[in-house]
Amino acid sequence: MTLAVVIFLLVVATIIFHFASPWWFTDIAADWSTIDLTISITFWVTGFVFIACNLFMAYCVWKFRQKEGHKAVYEPENHKLEAGLSIFTTIGVIAMLAPGLFVWATFVTPPENAAEYEVLGQQWQWQFRYPGADGILGTADTEFVSESNPFGVNPADPNGRDDVIVNDPDMHLPVNQPVKALLRSNDVLHNYTVAQFRVKMDLVPGLTSYLWFDPTEVGTYDILCEELCGIGHFIMRGSVTIDTQEDFDAWLANQPTFAETQSMAAPNLAAGQAQYAACAACHGQNGEGNQALNAPKLAGQQAWYIERQLNHFKVGARGGEGDTNGAQMVAFAGMLTTDEAVRNVAAYISSLPDTPAPTTVTGDIDNGYDIYDRNCAACHLDDGAGTWYTDAPKLSGMSDWYFVTQISNFRAGIRGLHSEDDYGEQMVAMATAMADAQEIADVAAYINTLR
Amino acid sequence: MAYVPLADRDAEMEMHHPHSFIEKYVWSQDHKVIAIQYGSVAVFTGIVGLVLSLMFRMQLGFPETTDFVDPNFYYQAVTMHGMIMVVYFLTAIFLGGFGNYMVPLMCGARDMVFPFMNMLSVWFFLLSVIILMASFFVGGGPTGAGWTLYPPQTAMEGTPGHDMGIILMLVSLAVFIVAFTMGGLNYVVTILQYRCRGMTLMRMPLTIWGIFVATVLGLFAFPALLVAAIMMLFDTLLGTSFFMPAVIEAGTALDHNGGSPILFQHLFWFFGHPEVYIVALPAFGLVSDVLSVHARKNIFGYRMMVWAIIAIGGLSFIVWAHHMYVSGMNPYFGFFFATTTLIIAVPTALKVYNWVLTLWEGDIRMNVPMYFAIGFIFTFIHGGLTGLFLGNVVIDLPLSDTYFVIAHFHMVMGVSPILVLYAAIYHWYPKMSGRMYNETLAKVHFWLTFLGAYAIYLPMHYLGFLGVPRRYYALGTTDFIPQSAQDLNAAITIAALIVGVSQILFFVNIIGSLKWGKKADPNPWGAASLEWQTPDTPPAHGNWGAELPTVYRWAYDYSVPGAHQDFIPQNVSEAEEPTVSDEHFDPDKDQSLADV
Amino acid sequence: MGLIKTVTEKPWERKGVIGGMRPEGAFDTESERVALVYFLVIASVVFSLFLVSYYIRMELPDWQPLSEPGQLWFNTGLLVLSSVFFQWARNIVVNEEKRNLYTAFFGAGVFAILFIVGQMVTWENLQAGGYYMTSNPANAFYYLMTGLHALHLLGGLWVWSKSSIRLLSGSEPKDIKLSVELCTLYWHFLLLVWLVLFGVLANT
Repeated sequence: MTLAVVIFLLVVATIIFHFASPWWFTDIAADWSTIDLTISITFWVTGFVFIACNLFMAYCVWKFRQKEGHKAVYEPENHKLEAGLSIFTTIGVIAMLAPGLFVWATFVTPPENAAEYEVLGQQWQWQFRYPGADGILGTADTEFVSESNPFGVNPADPNGRDDVIVNDPDMHLPVNQPVKALLRSNDVLHNYTVAQFRVKMDLVPGLTSYLWFDPTEVGTYDILCEELCGIGHFIMRGSVTIDTQEDFDAWLANQPTFAETQSMAAPNLAAGQAQYAACAACHGQNGEGNQALNAPKLAGQQAWYIERQLNHFKVGARGGEGDTNGAQMVAFAGMLTTDEAVRNVAAYISSLPDTPAPTTVTGDIDNGYDIYDRNCAACHLDDGAGTWYTDAPKLSGMSDWYFVTQISNFRAGIRGLHSEDDYGEQMVAMATAMADAQEIADVAAYINTLR
Repeated sequence: MAYVPLADRDAEMEMHHPHSFIEKYVWSQDHKVIAIQYGSVAVFTGIVGLVLSLMFRMQLGFPETTDFVDPNFYYQAVTMHGMIMVVYFLTAIFLGGFGNYMVPLMCGARDMVFPFMNMLSVWFFLLSVIILMASFFVGGGPTGAGWTLYPPQTAMEGTPGHDMGIILMLVSLAVFIVAFTMGGLNYVVTILQYRCRGMTLMRMPLTIWGIFVATVLGLFAFPALLVAAIMMLFDTLLGTSFFMPAVIEAGTALDHNGGSPILFQHLFWFFGHPEVYIVALPAFGLVSDVLSVHARKNIFGYRMMVWAIIAIGGLSFIVWAHHMYVSGMNPYFGFFFATTTLIIAVPTALKVYNWVLTLWEGDIRMNVPMYFAIGFIFTFIHGGLTGLFLGNVVIDLPLSDTYFVIAHFHMVMGVSPILVLYAAIYHWYPKMSGRMYNETLAKVHFWLTFLGAYAIYLPMHYLGFLGVPRRYYALGTTDFIPQSAQDLNAAITIAALIVGVSQILFFVNIIGSLKWGKKADPNPWGAASLEWQTPDTPPAHGNWGAELPTVYRWAYDYSVPGAHQDFIPQNVSEAEEPTVSDEHFDPDKDQSLADV
Repeated sequence: MGLIKTVTEKPWERKGVIGGMRPEGAFDTESERVALVYFLVIASVVFSLFLVSYYIRMELPDWQPLSEPGQLWFNTGLLVLSSVFFQWARNIVVNEEKRNLYTAFFGAGVFAILFIVGQMVTWENLQAGGYYMTSNPANAFYYLMTGLHALHLLGGLWVWSKSSIRLLSGSEPKDIKLSVELCTLYWHFLLLVWLVLFGVLANT
């Protein structure tokens, strides 16, 4: 009796929840309204069955509850009824399946005029490649992958020379131009998902998969990875901006071609040394750092990382509110007016003799090891050397007190959340692996053993 | 070739009669003791799985305050939760637990055909669980590759437990498969060869049909997992490239080339999809019997139910790639697999109709098992219908790998089978223990579990519609996921905690009633099937005393017009009770006839 | 036909005792044989899945076929002999004779052991020739599938050795009849699996 009423109420509550729910499909931004239509049809069919079956069941439970003198009816089967229900169900299934298959047929055959672009997934970031003026993407393979050629574009393939390389997780597409995304992975499975486009597909190492869509709404949308790809799965984020054709062309023209990324002149160490003079006042002649001046050790740090951080200071992604020490760097970084100057300094610093910084932090090394091994080593490596591949700087032998400040900044949201800091948010998320100041010190103490 | 008469086995049974405590309860070859052993180990792992889920639910609901879950542990917890619940808990408890207990009793046999192998089966199962649990204590911890164990990430630096954890997982699975094969051979041969006199195939209760077909499925499906596990072990330990393509690990190219990660997925899901039915079919069978007994009515359309079980079992082998619509496999496969997947909805729907029609014109006793059984129908309808979304290939595009998937499969193969499990335990507990449990406590347990589970999973579907991805340690900042989604996540966590904690009521009731429960009637529900007709309650070793039963009728003679009682046990002969030959017997019109 | 008839009957209409001491639908043979046949079906599934994986993996570009050493022909001969001897032993025990039983039964086992030794020699030779498991998936499949086959054979030899001990300790032929019959069935199955494996490996 109670159960009959509860089943009835649950059906009513489900319907109310369905219509009242603020959680619903995002506004569609690509021409896949046919998918939404298929979903609507499925909702009508399944909704009807859900309501009908459960209300009928609730009715039975109420109507045929045990009563004095009442006896159940003996009826082993009713073939006509069962046949009727089978046909009825089959019709419902066909009503859902048929439109679905038609839409799927459109999905598997991208239109002739679809423009191609490539999505490269790797732990844990997105990169993109556009075919350039010739409209053809050069061949690529993991065997060619290196710091200067993260896509593994085949240097011998002439089609690849003019490919446009987007070495950060923010991509653009022109509106109302059908596009076919070619999906590749350098390491594990990933999945290229933009909720507003409705479609998604896995990136599989060793092969190229695809999906296509026709973006219809100008705007910026999140790219998420939706295939478990390791510990950083949840921080593998990117964004896609749908532009007008003019805006898109302008943006694309600003991105380097593959040839340009390969022909970049070797950094000028002498010029870098000259520029470093301004840094030496705080960071020391040999980049050894000076805790009294809040200047961390620089020598031995990887060049790409120093370069990126200098640029962050220049654009205000670091040294903003709450980061008083960082604020001092903003002015110094601003003195490096060109990208070339930044690169020269970074290269010079990286070439300085690397002697481990003095240890100033103590903590529980075993606990530090536990946390580091579980959460940090995946990017910063077991020996703390860091690697360009995961955008992880060197930690071992660097200033431990600086590590503590920066982790605290990440945890406090002072560092890493600026829109220009593409990879900082990953550290904001991962820094939660250290619950409190003590655990940060523990990890710092463990890193001190890695020299 | 002479058939070994069952009577000959009796003498043998005498020899196996246990003498000491150890023989009786530890190295026992009695199917009932083995069933309890299987069940206990499965429940233990199930509790581990439950606790893990509550821990990562804490992280998802309250990321700011949950310090004890770091990203590494989160992925380990979701992985172990999934594998434990699907394989080590549900498969083991339905087939190892209920399969062992019910098969000989419902078939009218004294024991399994090969009692020694049966004992080995449970010990191998225990061994596999020990290996699995050991991975919590090795360096690097258990694997965090997701319960699907997709290569290449299982063996790569960025995945938790990529060294020892994954190896222990694969070894444990291989041992489990050995255990399952030994048990499964026993169930199949016992059901085929050891039914008592008069027990035709179509007189078997649906429980046995469900267990039989599920076991056959398991025996065909688990080899796929074994093959995949062996090849992955080779890749991991010996450096072969079955599944491992050329990949870069933290900037360094690994020494693998050309392997196919998608091949693994095909093998995994060739096991994985039938696995759903390995869990579901025994549940279908058990719930059919519970519904029939408490509605005092035969299961409606018994033949259709049998056919549906067989059809679902057969179809389950040609739908596997619906788990892989967005895996990067040849997209043209989508047409085939979407079609087969939606076809499977037809026999499944018929089962649901027949359960509901069993209630129609019944005389429903709202006993505790009936609450759970009806709750099951409700959640199974919900979970089945959401499957139509995911099975239809284009709708899978927006929904796959979101919370919708989580909600769907928890509703259909988490909540639903577990409600059946409780229905079955509350239904057969009086026979298994000889005691009655506390009904009030059991009903409280039902309401908390049923309503709580719906409160967890209904809203979760809607997070999926929004596009919230699964397997995210934290949602982070995105433009399209509002703060309210995080709040909803917190609410779901609270519901999960309530449901999780309320399971204590069950254990208190079940364990407490062993000592304090009042003595149960041998057949308290008035059930017709054979297991209620044993001379002893709980059944003694050998089950049937001096003489094996003889079966005269099917297992569903309830409310037969003209009969003395509203049920006729299977072992009651025609001479003692009248026979009904007209299938559309109208009680009003034909009452006089029946009285003759 | 029989199965269709069984599952379409209306069980509520058929009352009374149906079937004799053996339940309707049961196989007219020992349970052990039913179990073994069922096990063979499962083992076939395992080997088939390996073969399917083999063919799928073969399509990928890095595949280099392995040319199987000629010694496998010799090994195959050993396995055939083993099967033949088992058949001989089976015929002897079925007729409840005893003559030549030792020769047939022990001979069968010895040939099987020689087969395994032969397979090990082949592995050694391949290793020595630089055909390592890691160098190519074709090699890996070769070691994997032949190894798995040998493992199945070892399992059979375990049962064979148990029966041998019983035979040596004076059991009558009829006591070990079932065991010999089932071993023979198992050996024929493994010979068949080997022929299929060998055929596939040699032709690809």
